Amino acid sequence: MPVLVLPKTSRPAARVHGRTWQYTGVPRWVYLVAAVGALFILLPLAGMVAQVNWGQFGALITSEPSVAALLLSLKTAAASTALCIVFGVPLALLLARAQFFGQRILRALILLPLVVPPVVGGLALLYTFGREGLIGKSLTVVGINIAFSTTAVIMAQTFVALPFLVLSLEGTLRTAGQKYEAVAATLGARPGTVLRRITFPLVLPGLISVAVLSFARCLGEFGATLTFAGSLQGVTRTLPLEIYLQRETDPEAAVALSFLLIAVAVLVVALTYRAPKSPLRALMSPEAAP
Amino acid sequence: MTLEFNATIAARNVKLELTLDAGETLAIMGPNGAGKSSVVQMLAGLLKPDSGSAVLQGRALFSLSPGAQWLPPHERGLGVLAQDPLLFPHLNVLENVAFGPRSQGRGKADSRVSAAHWLQEVDASGLATRLPSQLSGGQAQRVALARALATEPELLLLDEPMAALDVNSAPFLRSLLKRVLAGRSAIIVTHSVLDALLLADRIIVMDGGRIVESGPTAAVLAHPRSAFAASLAGLNVLQGVLESGSLLMRDGGRVAGRLVSAFAEAPQPAGGLEGMAAFAPSAVSVFLAPPQGSPRNCFKVSVGELEPQGEQIRVRAGALSADISPAAAAELGLQPGTEVYFVVKAAEVVLYPA
Repeated sequence: MPVLVLPKTSRPAARVHGRTWQYTGVPRWVYLVAAVGALFILLPLAGMVAQVNWGQFGALITSEPSVAALLLSLKTAAASTALCIVFGVPLALLLARAQFFGQRILRALILLPLVVPPVVGGLALLYTFGREGLIGKSLTVVGINIAFSTTAVIMAQTFVALPFLVLSLEGTLRTAGQKYEAVAATLGARPGTVLRRITFPLVLPGLISVAVLSFARCLGEFGATLTFAGSLQGVTRTLPLEIYLQRETDPEAAVALSFLLIAVAVLVVALTYRAPKSPLRALMSPEAAP
Repeated sequence: MTLEFNATIAARNVKLELTLDAGETLAIMGPNGAGKSSVVQMLAGLLKPDSGSAVLQGRALFSLSPGAQWLPPHERGLGVLAQDPLLFPHLNVLENVAFGPRSQGRGKADSRVSAAHWLQEVDASGLATRLPSQLSGGQAQRVALARALATEPELLLLDEPMAALDVNSAPFLRSLLKRVLAGRSAIIVTHSVLDALLLADRIIVMDGGRIVESGPTAAVLAHPRSAFAASLAGLNVLQGVLESGSLLMRDGGRVAGRLVSAFAEAPQPAGGLEGMAAFAPSAVSVFLAPPQGSPRNCFKVSVGELEPQGEQIRVRAGALSADISPAAAAELGLQPGTEVYFVVKAAEVVLYPA
């Protein structure tokens, strides 16, 4: 008679963190190496928090340049995120659903800003929309100067975050069942109706979480912004630029502002990581069926 | 004539032609990969063939090489029910059923009235406010049927509608389909001979992208010509040439039987006629040594597999099967590989032309 032998574990077969114990099969050394990796990420955060001058914290982050930088960052990141959604959603739809010549090449090229250093991206923008740039030259003639303006900040952030949104959303669209769209079409729904009543509601949770992450990416953009938009207080000097500047003159202010950015980032991550448990998403997972 | 359809898809090696009368239900059967679902998808507008055409009640659904006419799915007016109910997860049951009428341009209130009517037709009125995630498989499929019917399609396409249901909910949906398919034009792809018998007027057997057999359901099952139809009907079928009241097989063996009466009176051409011999596994007796005397058919075979078949044991040997009692199987000491003789009386064998 064959007997099923269950592996022995060092932990009792009890409920762990409110879940019933189940065999997972992770070797113990994996925990060790993973712990080193986790510490590598968490320790620097602790190191930074330890450096914050809490007595002066309020004054440091409410100084005039700090507030100007924070407001500019929030404003431009919000505008960039909106642009990413407006242009990114159609792009993702085409990449995920349509079939056209050059689709694979387009997808590969759209990926580029994700892998190219942001400084290079900023230079590319400068040589395109700058005063002497490919398109900028003509724009200057009609009196439009983009480089070193708030518009430039928004463009730099969009340039960096758009591919990220497009690729994530394309993945979401691919998994969010083309089958439902086909059924909707056989029920007499035109493509526009299918998009509005089926596709969008199905990918909405995914779109929200990727938009929040794009917002965070815009908030942290440094290289492309500095290269293409410069560092003018209240106009183009976003929070990361302000931090870099203060680091030389007032390290305590830099640390305080850094902590502020980390706090915003934690908030963003908390928001997106809650998304999979949101009621809408829970409804859509097949496991939710009783 | 309500539907005339022909199509070829080179990549899937599909080439077929079929017609459907008004109010007729046609069952498409065949092994996996035979191209059954491709037919449904082409008609629904979800798969484009290389060439062919489909005309539904005088209206062209598509007409390709020659021609380049292709009606998108939303303009075809067909209802589709697949194996997976695919109810929209973010809409409740009533909204799911109202989706079709709404998409056809009817008002919100009007669509809901219509949806409520169709939910009642499938005995699902009580589920109206539920979300799809709160339904069982059988309930979801009933709602999906109501949703397909709510658009009042000219042709209903059912692609294995009961394949994913458990044994308890399948009979309920089957009787429901029996009711709604009466007087409706429909094509049902199925693996179940029961579905074909109960729901369809006519059956088509596909294999390798071609139609290998077609006819009224009962006739196809009584006198199968393809191996697949024979297995559906649960019959042993042998191929050969009909010659003076028996079937001469390619290997030289001869099978005695009785000719189908309608064919018996017809004059037989010289040199014989391609034909079939069919007999039920229950008509086969199994012996370890060839029986003496009596005019019976005897096949020397090697036992392949033994499996339960109701109260009996099914003995499979190559293309043939025999159903014997467990006691007989034990007495014979049957094992895979045992050399035995399958014996069947001539009176139990039906001969008919291919």
